[in-house]
Amino acid sequence: MIRVDGRSDSQSLIRARGLNKTYSRGGEKIQVLQGLNLDVDKGDFVAFMGPSGSGKTTLLNLLGGLDVPSAGSITVDGDEITHMSGSKLTQWRARHVGFIFQMYNLIPVLTAFQNVELPLLLTKLSKSERRKHVETALAVVSLADRMHHYPRQLSGGQEQRVAIARAIVSDPTFLLCDEPTGDLDRKSADEIMVLIDQLVSKYGKTVLMVTHDPVVATRAHTTLHLEKGVLVEGKASHERVLAGGAA
Amino acid sequence: MKFWRLIFANLFRKKVRLILTIGSFAIALLLFTFLAVVKSAFSRGVEVAGADRLVVVNRIGLIQVMPISYGERIAGIPGVKSVTHNHWFGGVYQDEKNFFPQIVIDVENQRQVYPEFIVPDDQWNTFLKDRQGAVVGARTAQRFGWKVGDRIPIKNSLYGPTKTWEFNLDGIFHNERPGGDESAFWLQWKYFDENVPGVLKSTAGWYVLRLNSPDDAVRVAKTIDDTFANSSFETKTETESAFAAGFAKQFGNIEFLILTIGSVVFFTLLLVTGNTMAISVRERTAELAVLKAIGFTDRSILFLVLAESLVIAFVGGLLGLILASGAIPGIGAALNGLLPALILSKSMLALGLVFALFVGAASGLLPGIGAMRMRVVNALRRV
Repeated sequence: MIRVDGRSDSQSLIRARGLNKTYSRGGEKIQVLQGLNLDVDKGDFVAFMGPSGSGKTTLLNLLGGLDVPSAGSITVDGDEITHMSGSKLTQWRARHVGFIFQMYNLIPVLTAFQNVELPLLLTKLSKSERRKHVETALAVVSLADRMHHYPRQLSGGQEQRVAIARAIVSDPTFLLCDEPTGDLDRKSADEIMVLIDQLVSKYGKTVLMVTHDPVVATRAHTTLHLEKGVLVEGKASHERVLAGGAA
Repeated sequence: MKFWRLIFANLFRKKVRLILTIGSFAIALLLFTFLAVVKSAFSRGVEVAGADRLVVVNRIGLIQVMPISYGERIAGIPGVKSVTHNHWFGGVYQDEKNFFPQIVIDVENQRQVYPEFIVPDDQWNTFLKDRQGAVVGARTAQRFGWKVGDRIPIKNSLYGPTKTWEFNLDGIFHNERPGGDESAFWLQWKYFDENVPGVLKSTAGWYVLRLNSPDDAVRVAKTIDDTFANSSFETKTETESAFAAGFAKQFGNIEFLILTIGSVVFFTLLLVTGNTMAISVRERTAELAVLKAIGFTDRSILFLVLAESLVIAFVGGLLGLILASGAIPGIGAALNGLLPALILSKSMLALGLVFALFVGAASGLLPGIGAMRMRVVNALRRV
């Protein structure tokens, strides 16, 4: 169950309380998040929407341990991450977070197999164990037959599938997707969303996704809007899209 | 090591740049090694000098002579074990380009003062009986293809009109000290003395004496110089290493010259590779940010960047040293003995490799630290 009122007493997988994030730009202080609360349970699929500059990516960065809040706390699976040191946070990310970026961000000089293997290089798995994991992840994204292709030999949709395989290969606690379809055509975007949907429904993954695209957002269990630095539930807009209306 | 594939994949990303960077390392290492070899050649006389030997020269200068009678007086000074005397012959074999030192020696005391020069006894005995005899270092004998029994004509114009002196090659000496001289050509003082003008008869160019103990060096040197003070031929006595260093300085301040060129090579290489690594890291900012996002620690990012520059340095350095191993003997031969023997020792090869790795580490350090400190959020925002 996803809540934004900060009153959940259940054991949420992800719990954010009173999150503030302030940036300094040209001497001016910009408050992006203002006392934001969020509770996400295991297996939830939540989409964050909002205008450019509303703080969607900032929120994702905070939840993924890439950035630290100005105030407030984030707890993931019982671990309070807001006070972790840089190196602890890095180790925590390796274990708990799978990142999927808009531009795929694959290493161009590595094959699909080698790209997917990267997170496993940080583990103590043997070479054969790593191979097994990578082959499984590539099979999940239906790219087992392209494992020795370089990113330049793949289409945009296929590159994003490799990125998804890289995100899931170490079996993280949750996935963070920043505009996963932002650089794809509609058909490829649909295929990617079907895949992310499957990760939630079939493999029980927890997914937090930022998107500008209301059609993509309909795949999520819940769509939350960032308005004035806090999250509000976006059921109305969700239903409008489902009904074929404008966002 | 599981990161090697990533390191090599990154290295081969821009093949032309990789080849050029490795090439600059190779050329710089070739130059560095050559400079080190030349420096070592000039300082070898100092390195192999006997700690228990003193050299006595005329205070006015090395080309001034001293009476032969000084030898006995020096030998009588307490602490002196044995004394020999030498003269510079300064002849030319066939062509002026065929330079090698020709030294007039005192056959009776030569082996007592210089025990490191090894001449087979039968050859030495033949030499003793042969006034026109000569003994030559193995390096010079090999250079000109001489063998015992050959007749060696040497032209000389230092002692009157140009005259060809004929010598019988009676022996070939080796030096048991590694890196010691094996290029000199020895001729007998008696034969020399008979054939020089009257003013040079019964003279010695310099004396070399062996001490009972190196601890006596300062005292004995002072006693010798005091003994001949206020005479027509005042002396200057110094240790053999100081004499060798002074001799090398006649060529100019070689060490300073080499250090200056070496420093220029070092900093140029550092700037070239540092710039290459900085560009290479800057081009991959987003990729490095992604690696950090998925769990690569700051240290592993620094390691990846440093490993790349160290691999370039190692391969380039190795290539340069291989080139140097091939080129230096050729350069030595082309110099026709104008410089002391150019010897590329194992320690020099090891030093070259250490130099290359040091430059590699230094050039990768700043870009590596930059990548290490890079904030993932900022780097990803630039994509």
